[in-house]
Amino acid sequence: MAVIEFKDVSHVMPNGIMALSNVNLKIESGEVLAIVGSNGAGKTTLLKHMNGLLKPSSGSVFVFGSETKGKSVAELSRHVGLVFQNSDHQIFSESVFEEIAFGLRNFGFAGEELYNKIISTLRWFDLYDLKDRPPMTLSGGEKKRLCIATVIAWNPEVLVLDEPTVGQDYPNKVRLFALIKSLIGEGRTVVIVSHDLEFLWPLSPRTVVMANGRILTEGSAESIFMDEELLNSAGLRQPQLAQLAMRLNLRSPFSSLDDAVTWFRGRI
Amino acid sequence: MSRATVEFRDFSFTYAGMKIPAVRGINFSVEEGSIALLAGASGSGKSTILRSINGLIPHIYPGEYKGDVFVDGQSVIETETFELARKIGFLFQNPENQIFMFTVERDVAFGLENLGYEPKEIKKKVEWALKLLGISDLAKRSPSELSDGQKQRVALAGSLVMDPKIIVLDEPTSLLDPKTAQEVVHLVEDLKRTLGLTVILVEHRLELVSAIADKIIILNKGEVFAEGKPDQILAKDNLHEAGLSIPPIIELQKRLGLVDSDAVAMDVDDFLQRFVQKWQL
Repeated sequence: MAVIEFKDVSHVMPNGIMALSNVNLKIESGEVLAIVGSNGAGKTTLLKHMNGLLKPSSGSVFVFGSETKGKSVAELSRHVGLVFQNSDHQIFSESVFEEIAFGLRNFGFAGEELYNKIISTLRWFDLYDLKDRPPMTLSGGEKKRLCIATVIAWNPEVLVLDEPTVGQDYPNKVRLFALIKSLIGEGRTVVIVSHDLEFLWPLSPRTVVMANGRILTEGSAESIFMDEELLNSAGLRQPQLAQLAMRLNLRSPFSSLDDAVTWFRGRI
Repeated sequence: MSRATVEFRDFSFTYAGMKIPAVRGINFSVEEGSIALLAGASGSGKSTILRSINGLIPHIYPGEYKGDVFVDGQSVIETETFELARKIGFLFQNPENQIFMFTVERDVAFGLENLGYEPKEIKKKVEWALKLLGISDLAKRSPSELSDGQKQRVALAGSLVMDPKIIVLDEPTSLLDPKTAQEVVHLVEDLKRTLGLTVILVEHRLELVSAIADKIIILNKGEVFAEGKPDQILAKDNLHEAGLSIPPIIELQKRLGLVDSDAVAMDVDDFLQRFVQKWQL
């Protein structure tokens, strides 16, 4: 079943720029979808249509079968949790505890149920020891974890992440990857916009390539990431393991570094 | 040998109210006309180092200051911040934080107008910088209409008109797509070559900038973890300890035991040339 569906969606910005042009896209329940493309390709505009922050100028977006046109952001956010690229745009409470409580209260949680949900979320995201800290004093990695935690707390069926790895160092990226993997493991639908193809590669997402407000093409990660020409035309850089496999004329790319090490060890 | 434009000598700094120094025992130098890449995980001390170069430390941020930092031969502690600002141009991660005028040419002219330059001189310098960065056609445009890559160029032009000796770029590519990021990196290399600028570049993405750097300085927990030429640094097997992502092609060479003490293939083509042709795969 499609959890989100775009039908002939176009979006014209107030300055007249066509940010989306005739987009058709179905996102199925439980799938991992990557949306890639250069700056200005329309990726973030597309995401903002998923929870009603933006409404189409023409065409329709459906979330769990209901058209977004008549729905509020609050109603849609119950099903689709959006995590912004810049954590500072999402954080505003006085403490980590309150930050997580805010969304839950808005969705009607109260009393013991609210408290228990906050505590279990803090523990799951390894934020319990930071619960009294003002969120703005957290490190970049901690802020990103908190932003995902605030969204996951109310258990939306779809998690949408806009450039989750920007500004994250190696330990934070490793942690973020493990977190996303476990959310995928729970059967959640995950949509990720990212330039970081090395990060996306091991998640094997269905991949949509965007340029100039349009969907250029879509396919398996393998088919997209092995197409160097396509990636270059979309302002992207082929992951090194895909590039290596292609140069060696292999039919399929190395799925991981371990895979590449095994392949070479068997031949040198 | 070129002289050092930026030099840290036994430098330590503890922010007021903190017990642990943010950086300690820092010794490194950046030679005139070279590109130095400053890398390290969040909290490694990169921001403190940058603030110590432009004089925000100790002139704005109070704290315990030990050792010395020299910029263009002058001790930072004895130099006013406005004087340092004349020598050093800064470019931040998000250019929108430093662009605020209604047209590109007015934005680029802003610093010169504040210093009281003659209008004729301002016009000449602005035209020069816009031409150098390939954005002359954007002069009359509003910065808000520009792409992220174009905004980075506008911010850079605003720095270059001030005729700095040193340009400090704080993660200038992190918001850019890979192709635009590569363009900015090439631009930085061109500026070094054509203007003889000294460049200090802060970046997480080693694979993107290692190729143009003359030197890499890695910070970890407030100390210099490693310093050297890019291929020597990338050949080290403990970079994860410093919180750095290693490009997969370099990680592969390490796992296969192909790394010499001081050399590593930096990209896929280099790897193929060095090893795969030899193995006849």
